[in-house]
Amino acid sequence: MDAIVIDNVSKAYGSTKAVQTVSLSVKPGELFGLIGPDGAGKTTLFKILVTLLRPDEGRATVVGRDVVKDFRALRSLVGYMPGRFSLYPDLTVEENLSFFATVFGTSIQANYDLIREIYVQLEPFKDRRAGALSGGMKQKLALCCALIHKPEVLFLDEPTTGVDAVSRKEFWEMLQRLKERQLTMLVSTPYMDEANRCDRIALMQTGQILAIDTPSGVEHLFRKPLYAVKAAETFRLIQDLRKAPFTQTCYAFGEYLHLTTEEGTTPADIDRYLRERRHEHVTIKPIQAGIEDSFMALMQHG
Amino acid sequence: MDKAVITNKLTKKFGDFVATNEITFDVAQGEIFGFLGANGAGKTTAIRMLCGLLKPTSGDARIAGFDVYRQTEQIKQVIGYMSQKFSLYEDLTVRENIRFYGGIYGLNRADLKAKSDQIIEQLNLGSVADKLVASLPLGWKQRLAFSVALVHNPRIVFLDEPTGGVDPITRRQFWDMIYEAADRGTTIFVTTHYMDEAEYCNRVSIMVDGRIKALDTPSGLKRSFGTDSMDGVFQILARGTSTK
Repeated sequence: MDAIVIDNVSKAYGSTKAVQTVSLSVKPGELFGLIGPDGAGKTTLFKILVTLLRPDEGRATVVGRDVVKDFRALRSLVGYMPGRFSLYPDLTVEENLSFFATVFGTSIQANYDLIREIYVQLEPFKDRRAGALSGGMKQKLALCCALIHKPEVLFLDEPTTGVDAVSRKEFWEMLQRLKERQLTMLVSTPYMDEANRCDRIALMQTGQILAIDTPSGVEHLFRKPLYAVKAAETFRLIQDLRKAPFTQTCYAFGEYLHLTTEEGTTPADIDRYLRERRHEHVTIKPIQAGIEDSFMALMQHG
Repeated sequence: MDKAVITNKLTKKFGDFVATNEITFDVAQGEIFGFLGANGAGKTTAIRMLCGLLKPTSGDARIAGFDVYRQTEQIKQVIGYMSQKFSLYEDLTVRENIRFYGGIYGLNRADLKAKSDQIIEQLNLGSVADKLVASLPLGWKQRLAFSVALVHNPRIVFLDEPTGGVDPITRRQFWDMIYEAADRGTTIFVTTHYMDEAEYCNRVSIMVDGRIKALDTPSGLKRSFGTDSMDGVFQILARGTSTK
């Protein structure tokens, strides 16, 4: 039995279609990523799955419970870390954790094993008010509070947004360790580079799913030849390549530009074109597309 | 005057806590300068001093030649500022936002009109010019916010995590605008958590615990730290940062 089943779920706010006939399923123990920008419908989908919002159409179950009919039973089976910091800022670290444990009829001691690795980093600050914690610490506390009643499925809505690259990496390492305990997790993120840390991902855009696959499966959805191009003057290179007769798309990707071309274009053609325009230190190499390349290609066709 | 920013041992203390610790660097006019660091490394404090919003405890800084202790009002005239959190008034229309910011910076009626028309045309916002900003997609808002931050032709514009939350194509369109502004001579001072964006900067500084630990071109940094990505450089430098 799948841990999460979403079957043709739609939700609108007035005329805004936040989620449009979305279907997907998540297996027990899977780390599943919803990847997409703001407005993709990620948060609305989360709220439906944790029973805070009723879908307009379609149905969804989490660990076999219907999100509408069985909402009361379901609430104690899921953990939810919302995108916005939602702990009590004027309670201490320990008081927050104890509060959430009590609400779910358990205690910190009963499930301490599950949070120990994360909570030891917070323990030196257990008497500090949650509102006075740093961003990274707030995030760890929120994760502990979402785990303290030992849920079967954990929902994490953009846990790493606005967090620096080092803290993001640490957070994903924590999720990997939770995965080893067979916890099912649904995580959303706007950072494409985090998609590789999931077992499977769904790419989302304006309420719709563009693709569902493993990270490498999504990369292979990109079928056109792709080149990484670099030269001494990046801005002039972008401008010239976008004007080139053989160019389909040209986007900056870190130190390189990623270029897709018309059928039959060779690296020699690109090189000749750039030399005619006096570009120096030109590098052109064929590359395998990444998840971000696939996402951008799917966006344009969607 | 070819330096947009010059600092010398710029420091800010809050009680015993040294938020910004003797940072010394300069930024050339027209340069795209990436100002990176972990959360809590002291970036925001430094930016607030450079914008003339916070008096330093010690050290010096000049923004377009103006002193951060005594000439804060002049500084505000020559800088633009945009952040992800606050930029535009959601309950004003596109045109009203441009007129509001232009008015604050003292543009006359004719300039306001010309500037509004120019921005609306450049961003292709003709069909929504009289719609509330709240109704626009996030990517449009961000590009409008950037144009509005440039409405008074500032020498330098500070961009604090400008691209959070937008889709990958919109994020790149935003960087196209940054390149164009830099090409016209505006200095860009930008913070970001996207490490691929650090590659788009001419030079990048990385702050750790209040100090600038590294400052170089992206390729220079990668060479010095023996790694092939800016993410690699960042992970080496910023890991082990105190998380208080």
